[in-house]
Amino acid sequence: MTLETLVWLIPLPPLLAFFVILLFTRGNKRISDLVSVASILLTWVISIIVLIGALGTFHLGENPIITQIVWLPLGESVETSLTMGALVDPLGAVMLFFVPLTATMIFIYSTGYMASGHYWTEVKGEAHGEDHESDEHHEVVVDDAGRKLTQFDATKWKARFMAFISLFAGAMLILSIADSLLLLFVGWEIMGLCSYLLIGFWHNRVYPNQPNRTTPLKAGIKAFMTTRVGDVFMLLGIAWLYSVTGTLNFRETLYSGEMLLALEAPAFPTLGQSVPLLAGLSIAGSISILLFIGTVGKSAQFPLHTWLPDAMEGPTPVSAMIHAATMVSAGVYLLIRMFPLITVGWHGHGYPPAMKVIAGVGAFTALFAATISIAQRDVKKVLAYSTISQLGYMVAAVGIGAYIAAAFHLMTHAIFKALLFMGSGSVIHAVEHGEQHAHHEGHHFPIDFDAQDMFNMGGLWSRIPVTAWTFLVGGMALSGFPLITAGFWSKDEILADAWLHAPVVFFVLAAAAFLTGFYTMRQIGLTFAGKPRTHAAEEATQRDWRMNLPLIVLAVFGVVAGYVGVHEDFPLLGRLFGGNPFHHFVSQTLLESPEVALFDWTPVLLSVIVAVGGLLVGWLVYVRRPLEVGEADPLKKVLGPLYTLFENKYYFDELYEVAFIRPSQWLARQIYEVIDRGMIDGLLHFIARSTEWWAFRNKDFDTGVVNRGVDSMAEGIGEASDSFKYVQSGRIQQYLAVVAAGVLMLAAVFIWALFLH
Amino acid sequence: MIPLHLYLLVSAGLFCMGIYGVLARRNAVAILMGIELMLNAVNINLVAFWRYISPESLNGQVFAIFVFAVAAAEAAVGLALIISIYRNRETVIAEDVNILKW
Amino acid sequence: MTITPETVAFAIMSVLVLGGGLGVVSSRNLIHAALYLALTLFGVAGLFVLLEAPFLAAVQVLVYLGAIAVLVTITIMVTRRLMGITENVNRQWPVAALIAVLAAAILGFVVISQFAGVYPTQAVPPDTIERMGQSFASHQGFLLPFEVASVLLLAAMIGAIVVARD
Repeated sequence: MTLETLVWLIPLPPLLAFFVILLFTRGNKRISDLVSVASILLTWVISIIVLIGALGTFHLGENPIITQIVWLPLGESVETSLTMGALVDPLGAVMLFFVPLTATMIFIYSTGYMASGHYWTEVKGEAHGEDHESDEHHEVVVDDAGRKLTQFDATKWKARFMAFISLFAGAMLILSIADSLLLLFVGWEIMGLCSYLLIGFWHNRVYPNQPNRTTPLKAGIKAFMTTRVGDVFMLLGIAWLYSVTGTLNFRETLYSGEMLLALEAPAFPTLGQSVPLLAGLSIAGSISILLFIGTVGKSAQFPLHTWLPDAMEGPTPVSAMIHAATMVSAGVYLLIRMFPLITVGWHGHGYPPAMKVIAGVGAFTALFAATISIAQRDVKKVLAYSTISQLGYMVAAVGIGAYIAAAFHLMTHAIFKALLFMGSGSVIHAVEHGEQHAHHEGHHFPIDFDAQDMFNMGGLWSRIPVTAWTFLVGGMALSGFPLITAGFWSKDEILADAWLHAPVVFFVLAAAAFLTGFYTMRQIGLTFAGKPRTHAAEEATQRDWRMNLPLIVLAVFGVVAGYVGVHEDFPLLGRLFGGNPFHHFVSQTLLESPEVALFDWTPVLLSVIVAVGGLLVGWLVYVRRPLEVGEADPLKKVLGPLYTLFENKYYFDELYEVAFIRPSQWLARQIYEVIDRGMIDGLLHFIARSTEWWAFRNKDFDTGVVNRGVDSMAEGIGEASDSFKYVQSGRIQQYLAVVAAGVLMLAAVFIWALFLH
Repeated sequence: MIPLHLYLLVSAGLFCMGIYGVLARRNAVAILMGIELMLNAVNINLVAFWRYISPESLNGQVFAIFVFAVAAAEAAVGLALIISIYRNRETVIAEDVNILKW
Repeated sequence: MTITPETVAFAIMSVLVLGGGLGVVSSRNLIHAALYLALTLFGVAGLFVLLEAPFLAAVQVLVYLGAIAVLVTITIMVTRRLMGITENVNRQWPVAALIAVLAAAILGFVVISQFAGVYPTQAVPPDTIERMGQSFASHQGFLLPFEVASVLLLAAMIGAIVVARD
């Protein structure tokens, strides 16, 4: 069993688990849990084996693990056929490190998370809810809008959930080991589908008395549609690349000097003369921008960021999966993978237009999302915008040419973001359990009680300590707390590169880092510090080992994983941790190893100040004097109208609704009513009616003409026969006369024949 | 010598008179008499041809003998029938015996 | 044609035959018709004599005149009733007349066109009657038809008795 064969097997177990669960387990929750967790564990083991093999390979960058099969023969030689294969080079090995790790943790967490929970759903028909299996009869309440609602068991479809996230993991792994853009796109699209299925998993959930709140159903559609927009442009980019180079294989396009040189040619030679903006754009640059738009969609960069916060409607493991381990990482991975294409035309000084666009979008998004995050109430929404912001960091890193820093931050972010999301899920579960306990003890909650609202929490530090400590570790990593968290090392490297090559980007990212620290501490403070602000928080508990274990594991990695990327010139620690092995390993992926920037204290200190500063301010506001019951967010007083702007996400959702969604719906309705119902159906109805008319005329013809004709003919024959009967008169002499006449005629004929001829 | 055709003409004439009698007479016995006329006409024909064409063969006369026999038989049975009908129906008019009709 | 005694005899016989026939079919009185029939039969016998078939002439007289004519007369008398003067021809007599005339025309046409002026070429062998008698008794002759005719006459006899019984 060679490494090549093992690589093929990596995505297989979760994909098989998907089919097995859907086809054979008949919804049995225990078996589905076992099948899916077993599959991802198997994948993790295989990935570790391959990873060890890859790490041990000398010069993996020049001799990556490659395996290929011919997929669609188009012509005699292998070159002209479409192939499908796997590629594990250093970048791929990095993916194989953190993707199965986080996925396994999330799977285990899911088996615990999805084992309890209720939500409101609308009652249709009789007063009994959808629970035909259980004997519980939930009460039916009526909300302000007059809808009848009842509690729905959130664990009912657990088996389907495990199947879907298995498919999701399988798709991400396909993408990670893909050796061509085509196969990558396959994994990409499957993930798009899974995002729809999983975000909208609780599709019958409604929120009482909150008419403007997005329901899971709407959120699923929104996610799919928005990423779709990005995917269309990405496909254009892929097609363009294929038409220019004739292949989509990574090693053939990105590692061939002549190929890259050819792609440096201007993309719009004639158009560029009239439109100066397009003049400087090379083919590679144009393709890069198109592919980047795919990343903008999938990794929720501005302006296609609107789907990600609403994607929080999905169950928390989904949020962890999508927004940490897999989907958004796929967008950044694409960008990092296509780095040689993006950097065509960059010769160390002066960025080509494509890179400027990428860096600009990334940096802007980082700051933009961070500002929104500081004004959110929902614990998951804070993390959602945080994810958008961090992805902006990675995108910006690629844009300024910090290839390895981007890959490093991708890895560490996946780990601590997954940790943070799962932690928030634990918190939400704890509060929900607390709500139930408090309910039994007689406290009443309004029907729109939001267990995810941080202002309903507080004082959870002592009640759910495991969650609290791991959340703290994750938060610190996110903020970049110096020296002991992985996030520090990865973020620091990006900032160092920015300081060196693009100071503008540095300052934007630094500002974002300050805000990151602030909102992290705000979140921790509101959630865990102080005293409980509601009875639900008072009674909150969380004891499931399936949820606590992954938190602990990821927390450990969150501290330790960063040390592989310590700059080799960093005092003491640089030498201690092997002189930046990550850098040396990953840098082999490119044709030319990027230079190792000299160690500079200035960006390091600045980033420390910024990060710690943000944490400190947050601590001062929210932890030193924690919020009391009913107290408003102090930030409101400080920012005033800005707070409302941030809280409402700069009203972008509303803008898109008016600018894009309503016109599309109008158009769809027109087509449906006017063309489909009116014209096409009208035509069909007309055809049907005329056929019917024709049929009736036929029937009339049949009865009137044919039947009557036949009947009268029969009657006539009858009458004729009737009149013939009189021939038989009974008089024998008449008969004899007839006979005689006949004989005479015969005789005449004979005579004429015999005697006259 | 008498030419053949004269005998044949006589025979033909007799035959036709017999036809008229069969077809046109009302009384059943008269019809039977018409039949006897026809049979006799046939006999004349047979014998005439025998004499004029092949007198050395016997066929002509033998045929005529048999015609005699058949005629006799037929006359006997026919007249018996007429008598029977007369007894049953009180009539000998052929027209009135017409039950086998439509 | 030269007038020979044969010719005269033929003329007389023909008149008897045809005239008698006419009388049979046209006389109102049935007894008269029967008598006319006898006349006709006699004339036929005469014709047979002229045709040098004396045996047949004798048989004719015996069978027809002696048996059949008598039978007819008896039947007329048995079935006689007192009827008023009725028509002795039925409704279709014009048709019958037409048919008779047509038949006569056709037969006449054939006879005259085919057999005009045919004279006998051979003489009648003298032992005709003996040979005829022998032929009625020999297998190569007419034994079988002879016997069948006997059966026929037997059947007719039985039939007539059965039918005419009371």
